[in-house]
Amino acid sequence: MVKIGEAPEGIEGQGFFATSLDKAIGLARANSLWPLPFATSCCGIEFMATMGANYDLARFGSERLAFTPRQTDLLMVMGTIAKKMGPVLKQVYDQMAEPKWVLSVGACACSGGIFDTYSVLQGIDRIIPVDVYVPGCPPRPEQIIEGLMKIQELAKNESLRRRNSDEYKKMLESYNIETAE
Amino acid sequence: MLDLLNLRTNMSTPESYIPILLQMGVAVGFVALTLSISHLLGPNRKTARKEDNFECGIEIKGDARFPVSVKYFLSAILFVLFDVEVIFFYPYAVNFKAMGWEGFMAVLAFVSIFLMGFLYVWKRGALEWEK
Repeated sequence: MVKIGEAPEGIEGQGFFATSLDKAIGLARANSLWPLPFATSCCGIEFMATMGANYDLARFGSERLAFTPRQTDLLMVMGTIAKKMGPVLKQVYDQMAEPKWVLSVGACACSGGIFDTYSVLQGIDRIIPVDVYVPGCPPRPEQIIEGLMKIQELAKNESLRRRNSDEYKKMLESYNIETAE
Repeated sequence: MLDLLNLRTNMSTPESYIPILLQMGVAVGFVALTLSISHLLGPNRKTARKEDNFECGIEIKGDARFPVSVKYFLSAILFVLFDVEVIFFYPYAVNFKAMGWEGFMAVLAFVSIFLMGFLYVWKRGALEWEK
């Protein structure tokens, strides 16, 4: 039998299983992350390999890519983000569905990489909050998969109240992201 | 009693389709319920920026609905017409020898009809862009 997800901790008995809502929802979210691939350079090529049959990201419930922020909850930024691309990236992040996570893949997205120049954003965390960083230039598909698994861990263990907390709102405001109308 | 028996055996009465109607009601109701529940209970953060139209993250400029000059449509449709004419030459070229003089005459007729059309659109000024 194929095991799709690990059951969370809970009380088990004959014919029933009880757990907290947080964990049940976390399990569902972690195994159905829909990525938005924001691929701008060579890390994007590695991502194509990651989606291919050999590495097969679909095993993690993430085969459903979308190029619209409306239906996605994982922003995968792969490649050099030029300063001109910054506002575009931020707009995409702002328009994504809640709750959302960001995976920064490769040295360029994490820190600007070798492009220590006037035109390149020195890390996407200057404009949007990042959840997991994947180092490498470019990282191998295995590394990208590990990054995704870390995101899954975050999604699985996230409290349902986290995104309504003042701390979280303050963090968003520090990135100049509106939290309410 | 006899009527009831008839009802059970005769599948063509309207009453016997009520279960299907119920099934459809349940199917539509389930979709409506799950969609509305996720809409009401799901987390969201509504801001002006979020609700804006998505145009690949680029700032919206103007409206897509504005009148376009008819010249574009005219050129496009004429291009398609003559493009298809050329496509017909490929199978003809492959069967050129097999079709002989008869085929040649048929293609000549076909091309001459198109030529008349071409002369017509030329004379009518459909190919003049700046006018």
